[in-house]
Amino acid sequence: MTTTIRLQREPFDVAAETERLTLDRTDIGAVVTFTGLCRADENGKPIAALTLEHYPGMAEAEIGRHVEEAAGRWPLLGVTVIHRHGRIIPGEAIVLVATASSHREAAFAAASFLMDYLKTRAPFWKQVEAPSETAAGKEAEAKKIWVEAKASDDAAAGRWSAPAPGRQAAKLK
Amino acid sequence: MKLLYFAWVRERIGKAEEDLEPPVGVATVAELMAWLAERDDQYAHAFENAGVIRAAIDHRHVRPEAAIAGASEIAFFPPMTGG
Repeated sequence: MTTTIRLQREPFDVAAETERLTLDRTDIGAVVTFTGLCRADENGKPIAALTLEHYPGMAEAEIGRHVEEAAGRWPLLGVTVIHRHGRIIPGEAIVLVATASSHREAAFAAASFLMDYLKTRAPFWKQVEAPSETAAGKEAEAKKIWVEAKASDDAAAGRWSAPAPGRQAAKLK
Repeated sequence: MKLLYFAWVRERIGKAEEDLEPPVGVATVAELMAWLAERDDQYAHAFENAGVIRAAIDHRHVRPEAAIAGASEIAFFPPMTGG
């Protein structure tokens, strides 16, 4: 399996990353890409930007462990995970998960699994920056607020803890 | 051992990392948090609701009851909000 995990400040090119995943291969029948974007609102309030803090070293390691787990659950031929950090403005991409397999089911499931775990287990923290009412260019430190974790994200990740239907039964036989 | 703090835990404590050697009686992550909270008001503020704070030992998530013996790097942070 081809695995690419990158953390970076710079934007990424979804088309180029997808092409890299399938370059010179004819065994891949399905590529699913998920791109997470920065919205202009958080909890119904307008925001100027997001700033993502991360734990260098652990972030790569944790994503790598989840990619390995995904590869153990589904027959994957390639996985790319790119997560940005630093300041990101509305409309820009934050995260890319691309999964490749011979058939679509594994690619869809693995991409969903990886995103659910990125949300709740990868050491990243979002801070929202409210639109500035002060002089342009002035750093409004007091206006930055940490985003709170959502119970719905925990629930989404939790559904993968249950054994996949059929798999457990097969083991018991 | 090296201690790292992230997001609002870092802001409340006022530093991103430091080297500290907790006393022998401090054996678990939960005990380490309780010991840190005693250091001063900033640490007390950071760890006032220790139940919500997550920890990692040497880049792996751990539970509060995890032993800290042999750890070279322990990190404390709020629930994660990436993706």
